[in-house]
Order: sequence, then structure tokens, then C-alpha cells
Amino acid sequence: MSTLKITDLHVSVETDQGTKQILRGVNLEINSGETHAIMGPNGSGKSTLAYTIAGHPKYTVDSGSITLDGEDVLEMSVDERAKAGLFLAMQYPVEIPGVTVTNFLRTAKTAIDGEAPSLRNWIKEVRESMANLKMDASFSERNVNEGFSGGEKKRHEILQLELLKPKFAVLDETDSGLDVDALKIVSEGVNRAKENTGMGVLLITHYTRILRYIKPEFVHVFVNGKVAEEGGPELADRLESEGYDRYTEIA
Amino acid sequence: MTVPVQVRSARPKSTNPADFDAVTGRELDWKFSPVAKLQDLISGELDGSHFDYHAPETAGVSLSWIPSTDPRVGVAGLPEDKASANAWATASEVLLVSLTSENVTEITITRDALGTTARAAHILIEAAPFSKSTVILQNSGDARLVENVEILVGAEAQLNVITVQEWNDDALHLASHFSRVGRNATLQHSIVSLTGEVIRVNPSAHLAEDGSSVTMLGVYFADAHQHIEQQVYVNHDAPHSKSRVTYKGALQGEGARTVWIGDVLIGNKATGTDSYEQNRNLMLTDGTRADSIPNLEIETGDIAGAGHASATGRFDDEQLFYLQARGISEEEARRLVVRGFLNEVVQQLGVPALSERIEAYLSAELEAGVK
Ligand SMILES: Nc1ncnc2c1ncn2[C@@H]1O[C@H](COP(=O)(O)OP(=O)(O)OP(=O)(O)O)[C@@H](O)[C@H]1O
Ligand SMILES: [Mg+2]
Repeated sequence: MSTLKITDLHVSVETDQGTKQILRGVNLEINSGETHAIMGPNGSGKSTLAYTIAGHPKYTVDSGSITLDGEDVLEMSVDERAKAGLFLAMQYPVEIPGVTVTNFLRTAKTAIDGEAPSLRNWIKEVRESMANLKMDASFSERNVNEGFSGGEKKRHEILQLELLKPKFAVLDETDSGLDVDALKIVSEGVNRAKENTGMGVLLITHYTRILRYIKPEFVHVFVNGKVAEEGGPELADRLESEGYDRYTEIA
Repeated sequence: MTVPVQVRSARPKSTNPADFDAVTGRELDWKFSPVAKLQDLISGELDGSHFDYHAPETAGVSLSWIPSTDPRVGVAGLPEDKASANAWATASEVLLVSLTSENVTEITITRDALGTTARAAHILIEAAPFSKSTVILQNSGDARLVENVEILVGAEAQLNVITVQEWNDDALHLASHFSRVGRNATLQHSIVSLTGEVIRVNPSAHLAEDGSSVTMLGVYFADAHQHIEQQVYVNHDAPHSKSRVTYKGALQGEGARTVWIGDVLIGNKATGTDSYEQNRNLMLTDGTRADSIPNLEIETGDIAGAGHASATGRFDDEQLFYLQARGISEEEARRLVVRGFLNEVVQQLGVPALSERIEAYLSAELEAGVK
């Protein structure tokens, strides 16, 4: 069993107008096999939290800690965090011209496992995972995210999740921009990965729609850079009917 | 109306070096070049004897020396600068590469023993109507070379010409390539410049007849104190002609310098022209400089499309972050991004073995550079 623990995390970013504080004391603990939903209005700092866990250089941690099974995550480089078992499905995956999906996936898998996967099994596994996500086989010869539609980019993120088998996955608005069919396919992918690996999931979303397919045990309401309220799945239902107004007024 | 001398089509042409003023380095076509290092080649005495080369016997290809008075010489183009005229006037004979096969043939002409004496060379590649061929000029070893390469593409022919520069580190190489593309013929012309102190290869394509088309490619990797330059000129001079120009380069190390100038002229006869040119440079370290100047002159209102793009940038941090977030180390991520960037051109060369060799070279360069 693994634990990802975030304690009193304060994060800021340098802007043209000076230093801007975004996260103001986030506390969160996730164990293997658990699914936590983080819900909050635009600009509340959800992506900042996701990027900070992954180690994006733009964000400065001013105080607080992130640990994975007691190991200091903040001391790790971006690739070390991935190797330690952290995965971020990005809200806006970037295009990488000239690098094919096949080459990218194999390079990533080799880096994470510390050795190249056996070719035959790997090809089979990639093919099956792509079929499960209803991705056409031709994607493997395309350049990473280049010319992918919004929905295709999200499927490609979940494909990586299934193949790289992390201990914890942070999904940053993986549901946005998806139609109902795609939402189902992507959610099934997440659930499959969870079943196969017992990973913990931190699901960041605006909407309760995805929670019909991916069931969280814990819901955290994120407002103004910290967790404003926590509860079980029923909290999501209340947010659905009442919105965030209650919290933003307090903040 | 007087035409300003900047207009590419109005540049003076001559095979006599005396018709060109001494080069000072202030001229439009020399101002980016390290002229001081090149004066010997521009206006000094050159060895004009036959140069050494080797090439395998290949069906459908014949190589022979012809006099420079041969009527085919000068058809594709004439010198537009003093160095080119110096070589033209000096080279005693012209190496004719005659291509006649209608089945695809490929020939590599290797020059690896040119030596350190300043010398002139003149090559004429003639692709017969309906022929399909690939010619690779593979250059290595020492060189202080000024040369003219003429390329004649007959009607309906498909010709692929690639010049590869893998010279010794102190080599100097000035080249002018002139091509004339016939009716419904296709030329792919590529410049691969990897090693050598100064490499300046200026290719031009004259789309002279209805339906002629050209793809001009370039890929270059400039290391510390290397100068790699190409002045590209496409002259659309007939209806329904098409051109695609794509040059991509990477620069690594103090004093790495590249120059790309892309002139496209769409003349008044060139109705229905379809043209696009682009140059992209990736600066891998500080202390590098890439000049990139696209230039489009249009003399007819009736064109299918014309555009250009030019960009010089650094590593995209978001790309590196994305790859690293998947466990890939920073060095490996950089390699992937650079190789991906250059691959667009490398993969298009049409000679898989050559593409592979270039990729291997680039990987080694990046490995050496990152550490
Ligand atoms: N690099 C940056 N430069 C300047 N401001 C930033 C930067 N990154 C985030 N911010 C600001 O920090 C705040 C939180 O942004 P963040 O992207 O974390 O919000 P979010 O909750 O993910 O919003 P959304 O729901 O729109 O995705 C916003 O006000 C945003 O403008
Ligand atoms: Mg966000």
C-alpha cells in the first residue's frame, strides 16, 4: 500500500506583475486504491496543484511538503517523480513534432521500468490498450498529440496511464471537451487501470458528470488555493445542485 | 520604371569574375558570410584541373568530362557572384552526369580526396526526359572548394539530387547550384550540411515550363564556430508550377552560425503558381546565431497560393516537461525533441540509408553536446 501525502502546501508563480500566490495551505492524503475528486471553480488552483505534484518548473513551492511513502517528492526531478510512480494526465497535452506515438511510448516505458519492454508483449499490449480506448491503430505512427482533436488527446493521456501503470494518477480535467461516448470510454480506461494496478486517483474536475462513471470515495471542494470542504460522494451531488457560490462568498 | 538591384531576378550574371566588383562583405549576398576567410576562394587563383571522385558503375548513368563550351553548359543558370564566376572561368572541364534510365536508379558520387589546395569544380547533372534518378554528392575529407553544379531536368523526369557535407572541420566550401526544371518534371533538391568550417551552398531552381515542380530541402547542424549558409532562389517562370521549400537547422555551441535566405519570384507568366517556403531553426545553447530571411516577389495576380514562414526559437519547455513527466530524462527529452524537429526534413530525403546515417550522426552530436 502506498500513500501520497500533501501537507500545508503553499505555491506561487512569477508573473510580469510580480509573485502571485496560488496555493495557500493544501492538505490531502491519498492511499492506493482510493479515488479522490477535487472540484472547484475556474482559477481556484486545481491545475497548479497537479503541476506542482508533477514538478513543473514554473511553480515555486514556498512551504509545505509532498511525500510518497515518506519519500520527499519535492526533492525529485520531474522524471524521477514519474519513475517513483506519479502520473499526471494533463489538461492541455502538448504537441511534439517529429516524435511518433510508438517511439514516445516505448521510450517512456523503458525509462520508467529501467529496461526495454520485451518487444512482442509490448506491441500486443499497446495494440490492445488502443483498441480498448477506441483509438485507431494509425495513431501509433502519428506524431505525439500533433493534430489530435481534444478528445483524442485525452484518450492518448489515458493510454499512457494504462501502459505506464503508476502508483498515483492525477487527472486534470480529463473529462472536459469529451462527448458522452468518449467520456465513457475514457472513464472505463481509468477504471481498468485502477483495477489492474490498484493505483490511487486524484480526479480534478469542474463537473459531476464524470463521477457517474468514476466513483470517488472522497470529494474535496477547492476554493481560492485550498480545500474548503471535504466529504463523501454526496458532497458532489450537493455541488451539482448548488454550485460553488456558497464557498466563493465565504472566500 | 527602374528595377531596384535588390530584386533577385535583376541581379547581374556573368561567367567572367572581372565583371564583379571585389567583395567587401557589405554586399547583400555576402553580408552574412565570413568574407575574410573566403577571399582566396572568391578571387584567388584556383586549381581548375579534373577533381578526384569515385562512383560505382551504374546502369543508366554515365559520367564523362566535357568542355565548358558544350552548349548544355550554362543553360540552367549563370554565376551571380564573384566566387561562382571564379570557379566557372577556372574549371577546365565539366563533369557530366548523364541520367537516362526510366527505372529508378541511384548513384553516389563520392569526393573524399580534394585536398587543401583551393580548387574549382563544375558538375552538370542532366536527367533525360522521363528518367527517374537519384544523385547523391557525398563530400568528406579536406576541401577548399568553389563549385558550380548545374542540374537539367528533362520533360516528365523525376530527379532527386542530394549534396551531403561531412567535410573535415577546417574545410571551406562555396557552391552555387543552378537547376532548370522542364515540362511536368519534378526536382527534389536537398542540402545536408553537417561538418566543415564554412559551408555556403546557394541553390536556385528555374521552373521554366508548364507544370514543373521543385521541392527544396535543407537540414543542417552547426556546432561551435561553424558557419552554414544557404541562399535559396525559386524562380516561377511558367504556368502551374509548384515549389515547396523546407529548411531546418539546429545550432549548438559558442559561435555556431547559420544563414538562410529564401527568395521566391513568381513572374508574370507564372499563373496558377503554388508556392510555400519555410525555414525553422532551433538554438540549443547560448552563443548561437541564426539569420532567417524569407522574401516573396509576386508579379502576377493569378496564383493558387504563396506563403512563407520563418521561425527561430529555443527549446520549448512545455515539450520537455511533458516528456520528463513520463519518466524520460532531460537529456533524452532534448534528443527526442531535436531529432523530431529535424526529422521532418531528414525523413523526406528519399534515401532511407542516408536518413538513418544522418539520424545517427545527429544523435551522437546531441549526446556530445548535452554533456
Ligand atoms: N504560469 C502562470 N502565470 C500566471 N498566473 C498563473 C500561472 N499559472 C496559474 N496562474 C494563475 O493561478 C490561478 C490558478 O490557476 P490554475 O490553472 O491552477 O486554476 P484551475 O483551478 O486549474 O482553473 P481551471 O478550472 O480554469 O482549469 C489562476 O488565477 C491563474 O491565472
Ligand atoms: Mg486547470
